[in-house]
Amino acid sequence: MFELFIPGRTGRSFLATTPNRWDWALLPLVLALLALAAYGAMQMTRPFVLGQPTPIVLDPAWLPYYLLRTILRMFSALGCALLFTFVFAVTATRWRAAEKVLVPLLDVLQSVPILGFQAIAIAPFIALFPGNMLGVECAAVFAIVTSQAWNMAFSLYQSMKTIPPELAEAARVFRLSAWQRFWRLELPYAMPALLWNMMMSMSGGWFFLVAAEAISVAGQDIKLPGIGAWIAVAIEQRNGAAIAWAIAAMFAGILLYDQLFFRPLLAWADKFRFEESQGEHAQRSWVLDWGRRSVWIRAFSERMWALLGRTLGWFAAPDDTVAAAPSRPRFSLSPRAVDALLLLLALLGGWRFIVFIHAQVGWGETLRVLGLGCITLVRVMLLIGLASLVWVPLAVWIGLRPVYAQKVQALAQFLAAFPVNLMFPIVVYAIVHLHLNPNLWLSPLMVFGTQWYILFNVVAGASTLPTELRLAADNLGLTGWLKWKRVYLPAVFPSFVTGAITASGGSWNASIVAEYVTWGKTSLVADGLGSYIKQMTDAGDFHRIALGIGVMCVFVMLLNRFFWRRLYLLAEDRSR
Amino acid sequence: MNLIELKDVAKSFRSGDGPPRTILGGVDFTLADGEIVALLGKSGSGKSTLLRIVAGLVPLDAGRAEYRGRAILGPLSGVAMVFQSFALFPWLTVRQNVELGLEAQGVTPASRRERAGAMLDLIGLSGFGSALPRELSGGMRQRVGIARALVTNPDVLLMDEAFSALDVLTGETLRGDILDLWDGKRIPTRGMLVVSHNIEEAVMMADRIVILSSDPGRVRHEIRIDLPRPRNADTPEVRALVDEVYGLMTARPVPPGAAREAKVDWRLPDADVGRIESVLDLLAGMPFDGRADLPQLSEEAELADEELFPAYEALGLLGLAHVEGGDIALSALGRRYADADQGLRQALFGRQLLKQVPLAAHIHRRLELEAGNTLAEEPFLALLADTLEADQAKRMLEVAIEWGRYGELYEYDYHTGRLKLAGDTSE
Repeated sequence: MFELFIPGRTGRSFLATTPNRWDWALLPLVLALLALAAYGAMQMTRPFVLGQPTPIVLDPAWLPYYLLRTILRMFSALGCALLFTFVFAVTATRWRAAEKVLVPLLDVLQSVPILGFQAIAIAPFIALFPGNMLGVECAAVFAIVTSQAWNMAFSLYQSMKTIPPELAEAARVFRLSAWQRFWRLELPYAMPALLWNMMMSMSGGWFFLVAAEAISVAGQDIKLPGIGAWIAVAIEQRNGAAIAWAIAAMFAGILLYDQLFFRPLLAWADKFRFEESQGEHAQRSWVLDWGRRSVWIRAFSERMWALLGRTLGWFAAPDDTVAAAPSRPRFSLSPRAVDALLLLLALLGGWRFIVFIHAQVGWGETLRVLGLGCITLVRVMLLIGLASLVWVPLAVWIGLRPVYAQKVQALAQFLAAFPVNLMFPIVVYAIVHLHLNPNLWLSPLMVFGTQWYILFNVVAGASTLPTELRLAADNLGLTGWLKWKRVYLPAVFPSFVTGAITASGGSWNASIVAEYVTWGKTSLVADGLGSYIKQMTDAGDFHRIALGIGVMCVFVMLLNRFFWRRLYLLAEDRSR
Repeated sequence: MNLIELKDVAKSFRSGDGPPRTILGGVDFTLADGEIVALLGKSGSGKSTLLRIVAGLVPLDAGRAEYRGRAILGPLSGVAMVFQSFALFPWLTVRQNVELGLEAQGVTPASRRERAGAMLDLIGLSGFGSALPRELSGGMRQRVGIARALVTNPDVLLMDEAFSALDVLTGETLRGDILDLWDGKRIPTRGMLVVSHNIEEAVMMADRIVILSSDPGRVRHEIRIDLPRPRNADTPEVRALVDEVYGLMTARPVPPGAAREAKVDWRLPDADVGRIESVLDLLAGMPFDGRADLPQLSEEAELADEELFPAYEALGLLGLAHVEGGDIALSALGRRYADADQGLRQALFGRQLLKQVPLAAHIHRRLELEAGNTLAEEPFLALLADTLEADQAKRMLEVAIEWGRYGELYEYDYHTGRLKLAGDTSE
């Protein structure tokens, strides 16, 4: 960044340029962003002693500050998640043995709810920076990372596995080093999907913000200044107005980083689209347009790319390796040995698990938790079904009208970010005043944040329905139910399955928030695995947290393997 | 010294859990200094694999591969490749694409720019340096692909069907341009290996043509061409050579007749009914009137030879035409077929299937014997998999199913994977 301001190293091209009006327009924006980031970072490292109260003032004047802290936190988390993504994808695609372990591991990790990670991570992080706020900040960032990283990692891994063979061969024939290969081929190819998943991850981060910022694990009660803690305090104090303010601030925050960060990135990343199709219209961003018109920014970015380009020379292949020996690893375990080792580890893990249950929690408790898991399972499946009944027809209708489709997609993205805690006041009011059964009426909260994935994906699926197919259907005189049965529903089935898988995974995670609702002193509890985990977390009973989370992982993975995956394969087969 | 030397090279691939499939078996091949060699063969003959072995992209199973006397163990700096689908990096500009190989070799940015610029001028792309590949037409894109390969000053240039994704005119122009550079000694390249499925292209370019046989790939024929370049496609010498190569390519490795009578797993040509019938109709119509020179037929059909060979083979197999020495002629049955209406055509097709195609006859008979006249596809797949690799067995059953459906012998349900005798409505 500072390249710009060091006179000795500034390039001639930069000095030779005269600023134009776009430069003057962008200057305050850039300076303001830098100053804000510096201020926020400074605030992160203030002294802090465990047990010290961390007051959150429910005054709208403080809201921008809290928003700044939250957004900084989320971007730090996004950076960490990105780093994790790179390391994961490269390791998993380069070494077959690593792939065998890492990919299933990621599958498990992404079914672990955020509270699980927090319970493990909070103590070590605080110990890492004694007497400083940074430890708690790190714990919060870590918690957000765990809600962001998995889908990004999967996306990059998938993209790197599906690189067109001819491009991969070209990279080999021209002897690109692994380093060059990553920056020149793999990352650019994966860029659109990765960016897309980063946006999704940001939404996911908001969803669990309250849990990440208002840390109430194991008797601790730490509130980091931020929107999430604000919401937590507002719920404690039954302050409806503050909730409304939080919604407004969140909206502003999402709008800001969408316009200043993701839109420019998306528009810039348009060139990485691999398909040469002209179907979808290109993303536009006013920030990027400004930047491209500004001579300063252009000169700066050119210098930066040149500098980055030089790093590509690192680890380059030596001049001529005509008969270089093939790079065989020194020691090579046979694949069977690796498999046997893995099996052994799995058996050991299983044995430890049985011992753990027997010694620490008891089989009765385990059975009870399994029962709770079944209740939550029924809830998730019923609600996904209901949400599908509502949203699929609507989404198809919207998807067939491109004018609305884009707007609705942006809206759905915002709604997916909406933390379910914000709905607590309304829900509690309704249930208490109408004397409703919480077991039944708390359930909709579970799909509150996740149903949008169905909407979102089906809209996308319907909007790619070939116009010719629609014209053909009209031409044949298909109408009403027949048209839906024969044209629309089969066409959107694959994208529906994708959306439903995401929604199902998210709903399990959301059950922790949705089955245990508080508003001031009022608590409403629905029986289920989510409320069990939440209650045990509040009580700080680590054995039962572990049990609850373990059971949830098992449920999610079995459901994925035996239901969603089959549906997905079916959808893929039908849509060939 | 030979640039490239392959000795007794073998390669097989393992697909899924099936037995390994032999692509190349015992291939000897040399590329001499100053030589252009074209590699021809039907699909599945392993010509692309051979090229990739030379490029160091595919390791050998057996035998030796050497470049200037040194073993090829991986991609070499002296060997560059031009790809069928161009394989340009769509996010890099034309110039960046061309500089890619130099960047990998650690050439300094200034020298990279200079060399890329010179190469763009040479290949007729000056002014396009800052364009993205997607802005260019196919021909221009392949020019970038060629520039990217040539800028590294390769000793050996490999071309993997480099012109087949282009329209005929563009392909010919580009081919001519490369031969000009080569014959004018304006590029330091000492040898070219060209994989092609276009016989005329091979004859126009090469000093030597190597024809590979299929399953497994072996060198079947070699033809030396001493005509000076540039060659004219319409001269009698070139025409004669093209005819000769056609004859060699369509010669059946195993004579049809008694030998295949009982062989259920006789390999069916991978040709769909639509293609078979359209070739038959073309052959029956004017100007051919039932007899054609293969190159002319290919020109008239505007299809690559590789796409037509299976149809020729199918026509021969079904007894509708005879292929001999670069010519194809309709049989009496073929003429009748050509004049028939749709119903009769399908009936004839079915009859010939039962008579000439053991696999179809076998499926039909088994279905007749079965109570309910329906069977799962698995036993047939298993039968074929005895002698074929899993993917080939699957493909062959697919062909047999398509033919059988058309001949109204049996039907197939995609979702259940079951075969059913045709005309049988009990279900």
